[in-house]
Amino acid sequence: MTTVIGLDEPPAELRTTPLDALHRAHSARMVPFAGYSMPVQYAPGILAESRQCRERAALFDVSHMGQAWLIAAPGAPAAALERLVPGDIQGLKPWRQRYTLLLNEAGGIRDDLMVANASDDGSRLLLVVNASRKQDDFDHIAAALPPGIALEPLEDRALLAVQGPQAAAVLGRLAPQAAALRFMAVAALTIEGAEIIVSRSGYTGEDGFEISVPAAQAEAFAARLLEAPEMAPAGLGARDALRLEAGLCLYGNDIDELTTPVEAGLTWTIGKRRRRDWDFPGAVAIRDQLDNGPHRLRVGLRPEGRAPARAATQIAAADGTDAGSVTSGGFSPSLEAPIAMGYVRRDLATDGTAVLLLVRGRQLPASVVPMPFVPHRYLS
Amino acid sequence: MADTRYTKDHEWVRLDEDGVATVGITQHAQEALGDIVFVELPEVDRELEEGEACAVVESVKAASDVYAPIAGRIVAVNEAIVEEPGLVNRESMDEGWFFKLEVADPDAFEALLDEDAYTAFLETL
Repeated sequence: MTTVIGLDEPPAELRTTPLDALHRAHSARMVPFAGYSMPVQYAPGILAESRQCRERAALFDVSHMGQAWLIAAPGAPAAALERLVPGDIQGLKPWRQRYTLLLNEAGGIRDDLMVANASDDGSRLLLVVNASRKQDDFDHIAAALPPGIALEPLEDRALLAVQGPQAAAVLGRLAPQAAALRFMAVAALTIEGAEIIVSRSGYTGEDGFEISVPAAQAEAFAARLLEAPEMAPAGLGARDALRLEAGLCLYGNDIDELTTPVEAGLTWTIGKRRRRDWDFPGAVAIRDQLDNGPHRLRVGLRPEGRAPARAATQIAAADGTDAGSVTSGGFSPSLEAPIAMGYVRRDLATDGTAVLLLVRGRQLPASVVPMPFVPHRYLS
Repeated sequence: MADTRYTKDHEWVRLDEDGVATVGITQHAQEALGDIVFVELPEVDRELEEGEACAVVESVKAASDVYAPIAGRIVAVNEAIVEEPGLVNRESMDEGWFFKLEVADPDAFEALLDEDAYTAFLETL
């Protein structure tokens, strides 16, 4: 038996997160991911950890992700960042955050990231970027900054995600102010002696929080959260299954430098003012796609039967012509059925369209379906 | 109980007195895969060469091939693991068997790894 799709080749030297000992104490299976040794699952396994998050609350270590401050005079960081992203960053109110995209000149996506206005006066933005892209992102951002604005990577902070319907109840016992946050709100709090930055956000489709904690206090903070009877640790395997159920993109799979926000269904990230001024990278190409329609679009796919269709599976139209390919695919723990997302020709991107997935030399029938596969339950 | 042999591809094989071999994946394999969510089995009567890919097992994260450990003809497949793939995780060494082969050459069975050799092989991984 040979695994044909699975774990990355281990690089020579892996970095560890501040929660490394805690993972091992919880019988995590550690795998290399983006240069870090990360827990892919714990003893209960991906299915049980996914259900834990959907039904109660789960703690994820996402400390491999890149965190950085962008600091300058009030207002300056937002104006500087807008040269690289299509989002309305200057319109971000104090202590609010927004999902945005670093774009290249062709309108391709260099990375997706969260930007928080973590100040009362707009002097400080907190950026959270993908682990696999952080060095490239930080170099790119730093190179584009005018004098007087500093990018300061936060190497000494862990990032924890607490997700699930019971997440607010659990975190609220330690940090009542955090439980009072609205969706996509941010706060800087001192909890149990730790200076944390917490946002009401996540990557699972559930209500929850992402919490930046100083590395030295991260293990004790995580251990306190895990004392709650509603809470259990969940690994990157569950995180990937949950985000796919929520229809959320994974950078490197579903979006990359060759996909645009229009193709990816992320047009909503382009701010209204930005769409008037067209002053972001790739604006010409993106405007053309908005006016004339892109050639392909990201869609949800529901294979018939039980066989999962993995990333890179070719998609054919009902008439046998080439339709596109799957970019993320697997088994949904919540639906107990295979789900996938991918790109198809625009004429096939309508919900209900029948397509064929070419899995191991056979054509498996599938339908184009709306996403998310599992309804979002963010705090409204 | 019949003698159990193993392959470096993490299959187990048990040969009964009628020359029929039952094949499954090992405890190590099911653990490494994690939660199994899909199994595809060969058709009955299919003739297999030694080492031929003939079944598929998929976990949430990964897809893997299962190979014929020895040459032979498929005489039965375990539909229970198609209906309930998690059975492979729970009972990999017995109820979670994959298929039965009418073995062409019983000597080929003797050439497979015995338990000690397989255990020693796992320690090299």
